[in-house]
Amino acid sequence: MKIKVDERGYYGNFGGAYIPEMLYPNVEELRDNYEAITSDPDFKKQFDQLLKDYVGRPTPLYLAERLSEHYGAKIYLKREDLCHTGAHKVNNTIGQILLAQRLGKKKIIAETGAGQHGVATATVCALMGVECIVYMGEVDMARQKPNVERMRILGAEVRPATSGSKTLKDATNEAMRHWINNPTDTHYIIGSVVGPHPYPEMVARFQSVISAEIRTQLKEKEGTELPNYVVACVGGGSNAAGAFYNYYDEEEVALVAVEAAGLGNTTGKSAATTTLGKPGILHGSKTLLMQTEDGQVVEPYSISAGLDYPGIGPVHAHLFETGRGTFYSVTDEEAMKAGIQLSRLEGIIPAIESAHAFAALNQMSLKPDDLVVINLSGRGDKDLETYIKWGKY
Amino acid sequence: MTNQKEIVSKAEMNRIEKLFQTKPNRVLNVYFTAGYPKLDDTVSILKALEASGADLIEIGIPFSDPVADGPTIQASNDVALNNGMTLKLLMEQLKDVRQKVSVPIVLMGYINPIVQYGIERFCEDCAARGIDGLILPDLPMFEYLEVYKPIFEKNGLLNTFLITPQTSEARIREIDNNTSGFIYMVSSASTTGAKTGISEEQEAYFKRVNSMGLKNPRLIGFGISNKETFDKACKNANGAIIGSAFIKVLGQEGDMEANINEFVNGVIR
Repeated sequence: MKIKVDERGYYGNFGGAYIPEMLYPNVEELRDNYEAITSDPDFKKQFDQLLKDYVGRPTPLYLAERLSEHYGAKIYLKREDLCHTGAHKVNNTIGQILLAQRLGKKKIIAETGAGQHGVATATVCALMGVECIVYMGEVDMARQKPNVERMRILGAEVRPATSGSKTLKDATNEAMRHWINNPTDTHYIIGSVVGPHPYPEMVARFQSVISAEIRTQLKEKEGTELPNYVVACVGGGSNAAGAFYNYYDEEEVALVAVEAAGLGNTTGKSAATTTLGKPGILHGSKTLLMQTEDGQVVEPYSISAGLDYPGIGPVHAHLFETGRGTFYSVTDEEAMKAGIQLSRLEGIIPAIESAHAFAALNQMSLKPDDLVVINLSGRGDKDLETYIKWGKY
Repeated sequence: MTNQKEIVSKAEMNRIEKLFQTKPNRVLNVYFTAGYPKLDDTVSILKALEASGADLIEIGIPFSDPVADGPTIQASNDVALNNGMTLKLLMEQLKDVRQKVSVPIVLMGYINPIVQYGIERFCEDCAARGIDGLILPDLPMFEYLEVYKPIFEKNGLLNTFLITPQTSEARIREIDNNTSGFIYMVSSASTTGAKTGISEEQEAYFKRVNSMGLKNPRLIGFGISNKETFDKACKNANGAIIGSAFIKVLGQEGDMEANINEFVNGVIR
């Protein structure tokens, strides 16, 4: 089975571009130009150079020996937490700022939930000297104050999204409205593999450097490019898409996606979209979506603001529907414990998003010969307050 | 049952086309959100609008994430949903609507609630209630042509696409070929209710499109709020659409019917 986006932007039954006419010229411009721009040798050279010298790539592929011993399998960590700004998000924002410049755009907007994508966007805008506005839910601004200030220090304007539930989905709505009102000089840097075509595929390609490096590094260390499992957490799904991308068509590699179950999937306080969602349309694409019977979008919950999204990228909906991906969900409590476990076994405090991926190891039946790669998508510095509040360490 | 439905829908078809035949100028289309300000206001608002002289009425199906709408219509969506409005309930409220008003009615809605309701069932229910047309702003053209169009046509529903100042001439032609009823001309690059007044640049765009000789009538919406903006829009189109300004009227204190009457008359007088 080939996992590939078609001409209209669909992965099987999911994807597409469900946008009002006001956004059509912008999205069309992007759709018609992104492949030519990003495959241009000059673009590639500048992108690769920045990933190397500015982001610090390639990130290490680290054999976690004590974690391996604990679970009885050979476990490698892809250290996206060591990227500049502390997470994989910057791979995409570097790509999109270079694209925006080549499209002649003078201003950048972005949405952010926990603030990581907002920080990564503010960072590249500072780097390029471009005006930056980040929309963030009013509720998230209060929850993630340090990241709000990081963005401001970097020179970005942070605008509160005060509509709806005042979280990530509303910040996304506000960014789209801003784009409608400023259609010619502004580029919208979406932070995940969501939104109308071509965003999901474009963001996945910028993030695909993760699995390209895994293949090379694993070959050096193990003599094979193919692990038995690649494990990643999924909110919108950009780090998972990046970690899976170069393995989509390698069927012997199991792609393990881990969603946030919040307080539990039966409590009404969860963000596990594949368990609780059904096909629907939000933010420009058809995907699995948490919604009421009437088609109203349901507000998700997770202790991790980065996984707190009511949908998933269309490619993940497709991986789920076709069975190419294996989906687990992990509660707040399980994720927090896994975060502490990694801290104690390996001296690495993970972002709570990434901790969800580690918690899934408890649900997998691993064998001693198994080669496992976990995408450690971000570091836990931003989550210290949440760890402290949780307190069980 | 199916036969009866078909007879009903065919007998009452083309209210929108008839409207533009008999009144090619100064057509006033008024938008309101179903379930706002109160859950059961739908039919009384329809009656009051018809009595005041509105030519066409657009009922908005509330959605949790209306990306093309500004703060006023967003807030009306939130209120409506909090009041308990659903598409199912709206269909209930509209059951006997054709015994109460004869004005052409279009339903406007973001696509997700309609997909969840079921597109066939939605169109059949619209036809059975005498709904004349649909505006689904986030429905892609190709999907309309391949999937929705035959279902709309079977049920006598006209379909309106939108154009904006950024829409290319080629796409305007494509939209004109695939629209029925009327084209919704978004007056500026904005969400609903965002701008006040009409600039010279906007008038130039109205004139440019007016001179294209399109097949379909055009109604201008977004930023139309009073007599002055309505008159300006009507100079280069067949009429105009008022949304946010009318939602504000519905939110006012006092007798709703009287407020509606005063507002509509203030615009078309």
